[in-house]
Amino acid sequence: MWTFIHKLGSPPWFFGFSGTLVRWLLPITVTLLLVGAIWGLLVAPPDFRQGNSYRIIYIHVPAAVVALAGYYVMAFAGAVSLIWRIKMADVTMRAAAPVGAVLTAIALVTGAIWGKPTWGTWWVWDARITSMLILLFLYLGVVALFEAYENKTAAARACAVLSLVGMVNIPIIYKSVDWWYSLHQPASIKFTGESAIDSSMLYPLLLMIVAFYCLFTVTLLLNMRAELVWTHRESGWLKQLVGGS
Amino acid sequence: MTSPADVANPLLFFFMVITLFPLGLGPDPARLATLAPGVLWVVALLASLMVSAKLFASDFEDGSLEQLALAPYPLAVTALAEVSAHWLATGFLLALVSPIFGVMLGLPEEGLLTLLVSLLLGTVCLTLIGALGSALTVNIRRGGLLLSLLIIPLNVPVLIFGTTAVREAVLGGNPESWLALLGGLALGSVVVVPLAIGAALRVSLDS
Repeated sequence: MWTFIHKLGSPPWFFGFSGTLVRWLLPITVTLLLVGAIWGLLVAPPDFRQGNSYRIIYIHVPAAVVALAGYYVMAFAGAVSLIWRIKMADVTMRAAAPVGAVLTAIALVTGAIWGKPTWGTWWVWDARITSMLILLFLYLGVVALFEAYENKTAAARACAVLSLVGMVNIPIIYKSVDWWYSLHQPASIKFTGESAIDSSMLYPLLLMIVAFYCLFTVTLLLNMRAELVWTHRESGWLKQLVGGS
Repeated sequence: MTSPADVANPLLFFFMVITLFPLGLGPDPARLATLAPGVLWVVALLASLMVSAKLFASDFEDGSLEQLALAPYPLAVTALAEVSAHWLATGFLLALVSPIFGVMLGLPEEGLLTLLVSLLLGTVCLTLIGALGSALTVNIRRGGLLLSLLIIPLNVPVLIFGTTAVREAVLGGNPESWLALLGGLALGSVVVVPLAIGAALRVSLDS
């Protein structure tokens, strides 16, 4: 176990390992996305009140769930990078921020599109929408701070400090915005007790959430590989790898 | 904080932006009174944003920050001392004069004391978060816009608790619980944020 973690810290080893992982995970992700989308969009029954417009939750909810989880991935990588000074953690954090920002944006846009026919308005200053917007700002802050530094090691440490402070703050932001105002329906999926959503709609949704987690992982890995190729473009191991293939 | 202008400028900024609101929204006292808690708090947040941009700048430029980093005290403690001095000259004063502007905006009398207390507690958080942003961006050219992107999202809870407390007081409700939340936030920030400021200052000095 420990040797595995140690190996993850080595760029050449990680490059090879992530290549294998992507080769397996990418087809799985595409399959899951296709099956989930077809199931959710065509097979699942229409909602008795919202008709077909509710089907956008098969994009909206997974994007929102993974966008939140992505922040914790980023902040955790930041903590690892600050404590143990592992270069690969820097790369992970750097790669996670734009992916998370895009997922947050997708959740906001799909939410707006769904809100128009359902609530009759594109945008309301509702608690959860507002906190997702703030999450987007937090992501953009990390991306912008990273770009602003010329020295990339310092950039990674600065972003680690920022994302850790953000992580402490996120529950407070969520709670405060929640007390502030809420129109959004409470969570429909519960792990304990009865879900408020019928299983014929729930299963494709869960499938899509899994698919989005896979999509996040694949995008993260591809992003990290691109970053590794760029930073190690002068290194021997990469030249050997390219020359050998 | 080297000259009287550094102390006066944020207060002037506060005053002038407050003046813009009746001009923009119309002078109807009833409407101004309903908007006053939010307006006062948002302008206080902007004033703190403006002053925090320069918090560590002069120390960084003349090298005294490096001397402080070499001193035999944890950088977090030195940073806390510096932020406290900064707060006394900006946030503290701003909170003290805020009831005057509250009266000018027609904020009902019941809200004035709550406004003062909420700003006293809230500016502690605003100053600390602003100092963190300043520490992260002090070594970056044109860091000003970046600073607002970094710290505005982190200041959201402070703004919500502060404005809600004042609004509750105006409506005759119970502002104490919101003030207690603000106080908790301020105390928590005093403990946690200086550590982050210290780490951020080290990053800026190393890069």
